[in-house]
Amino acid sequence: MGRKLLLEHINEPGIQTFDVYRKKGGYASVEKALKTMAPDAVTEEVKKSGLRGRGGAGFPAGMKWSFIDKKSDKPRYLVVNADESEPGTFKDRYLMEKIPHVLIEGMIVASFALGAKTSYIYIRGEYMYIVGILEKAIQEAYAKGFLGKNILGTDYSLDIYVHPGAGAYICGEETALLESLEGKRGNPRLKPPFPAVAGLYASPTVVNNVETIAAVVPVINMGGDEYAKIGIGKSTGTKLISASGHINKPGVYEIELGVPVDEFIYSEEYCGGIWKNRRLKAVVAGGSSVPILPADLILTTAKGEPRLMTYESLADGGFQTGTMLGSGGFIVMDEMTDIVKNLYTFARFYHHESCGQCSPCREGTGWMEKILHRLHHGHGKKEDIDILVDVAKKIEGNTICPLGDAAAWPVASAVRHFRKEFEAAAMAHSHAELVA
Amino acid sequence: MDIKFSSEALATANKLIARYPQGKQKSALIPMLHLAQSEFDGWLSPEVMDYVASLLSIKPIEVYEVATFYSMFNTKPVGKCLIEVCQTSSCWLRGSDEIVDHLKKKWNIEVGETTSDGMFTLKTVECLGSCGTAPMLQCGSDFHENLTVEKVDELIEKLKSKGERSSYLKSLVNS
Ligand SMILES: Cc1cc2nc3c(=O)[nH]c(=O)nc-3n(C[C@H](O)[C@H](O)[C@H](O)COP(=O)(O)O)c2cc1C
Ligand code: SF4
Ligand code: FES
Repeated sequence: MGRKLLLEHINEPGIQTFDVYRKKGGYASVEKALKTMAPDAVTEEVKKSGLRGRGGAGFPAGMKWSFIDKKSDKPRYLVVNADESEPGTFKDRYLMEKIPHVLIEGMIVASFALGAKTSYIYIRGEYMYIVGILEKAIQEAYAKGFLGKNILGTDYSLDIYVHPGAGAYICGEETALLESLEGKRGNPRLKPPFPAVAGLYASPTVVNNVETIAAVVPVINMGGDEYAKIGIGKSTGTKLISASGHINKPGVYEIELGVPVDEFIYSEEYCGGIWKNRRLKAVVAGGSSVPILPADLILTTAKGEPRLMTYESLADGGFQTGTMLGSGGFIVMDEMTDIVKNLYTFARFYHHESCGQCSPCREGTGWMEKILHRLHHGHGKKEDIDILVDVAKKIEGNTICPLGDAAAWPVASAVRHFRKEFEAAAMAHSHAELVA
Repeated sequence: MDIKFSSEALATANKLIARYPQGKQKSALIPMLHLAQSEFDGWLSPEVMDYVASLLSIKPIEVYEVATFYSMFNTKPVGKCLIEVCQTSSCWLRGSDEIVDHLKKKWNIEVGETTSDGMFTLKTVECLGSCGTAPMLQCGSDFHENLTVEKVDELIEKLKSKGERSSYLKSLVNS
């Protein structure tokens, strides 16, 4: 069994409540940080831990914190990204619902390190029932002296508020999120300036994913060096993986980074193998935005090495033969899966979610959806496949935010690895035409 | 109709505004629109949006542009129960098409339409973070997961009698 740092006590009855959470050692990291450490020392531990952002991009958390503009006389903010809308990803929901205090605890420590006196949780509006759970946890933390004025008798004070979104994937992108938090449409901003300099209300701001902030708790409790011993190389610590699709045991699993993909899919500890005794066809390993890989390439790299659940191993081979750990949204497809239809659902998603600011993304996602709709419904032509790839290429790298890339990568990879299926879909048309 | 929050909702609205720094009350817009939608029949009429603008001392256009951007805000009337079926990959892989087809047939409506008795509106939505318990649908704030056609029928029977809407107020008050 791998070590559990976030979900260790998940099955403890009442762990949602402050009292049970505290009895299980909760809020120790707040005591340690606020009473025995300087803010910069906390950031230093996070740097040492090698903890990387769990929202998708994998940027080192400690380094991000160290960029916060400390010379500015404006207030600083920590904003937690709980927008979780990347298809295939549901780990933040699980964590917030089952063990909300670990997020609150991590937020206190992180805010202390950053010198933030106000912190917001931006949660997707569809998770409205979790808003209630978080509000309750926050109230408990206030009542016990872990939030509000002079926390634990120190001179550090902090307020935390929950802020619901209202249905827009793009608000997971950090600058769109900040726009939305300011009461506007979720249109991403041009960077620079980065949020660390001019974020919420043009003040220095750090945006981190729910899981990243929760992971600060074990980092401070164990110390950065100990945390860094878990995992492999630059993939340190544990990661929550949301497993879905054609597996026997869908769900959220905490893994030590470095578990072989093969073990993750087939062992009883995790996904429990492919359902209905079928064979594996393909996997989208890190949420809808990352390249899809066929069975052989997800299990072993092009060099023939076993593929591991780490940032580096999943990316081995670049976009030709590799993929990305991304958000950890692990979608498994069995041998009966229609890859064209699957890609169509993704294309429809990105078209629906494009904020419309840049024409390559706004128009390109629409074209890709249309072409895939055609192909899927048997009205497509062989030329459509190349047009599809061409549109994807023209979106990539030509937009304000990475949603454009996120829409393009699944297309490019699906055609690269499953071209025959696209051709067969196009043939259905030629065949029908011939018969007519 | 005179558009005005109940006193309970008004008290909540003021608390929401106080969560943001002085002069940044516009930040409360999305939370306020959730509140307004649950107070006024599940949708935002121009009058309701103007009322929210007045509460926040911002221009009505600032409210309209936000209300039309976010998919959870309805700018047209909806049925008592908004049935939102997820259709993205993980749900599709586990049979969401059957769920949508079943409801379309059952009610003889298309996606986006409301049953003639005004009870149910059928909508398809993109991933709701319930992929591990797919297929799923959301009604109000509730997630209904691991669905089968039979389970959907049972659920619809139950909802027929009471209806269910997402309530921000409830989330705040329950805590
Ligand atoms: C289109 C798009 C959607 C995103 N959605 C999310 C999301 O739902 N949750 C999240 O944490 N990060 C999301 N991100 C990444 C954020 O922009 C940001 O990198 C992240 O919140 C930083 O936190 P981390 O460093 O702790 O991962 C998204 C990025 C893009 C481009
Ligand atoms: S890439 Fe797409 S989502 Fe991002 S800013 Fe441009 S139009 Fe909006
Ligand atoms: S794909 Fe349906 S909830 Fe995620």
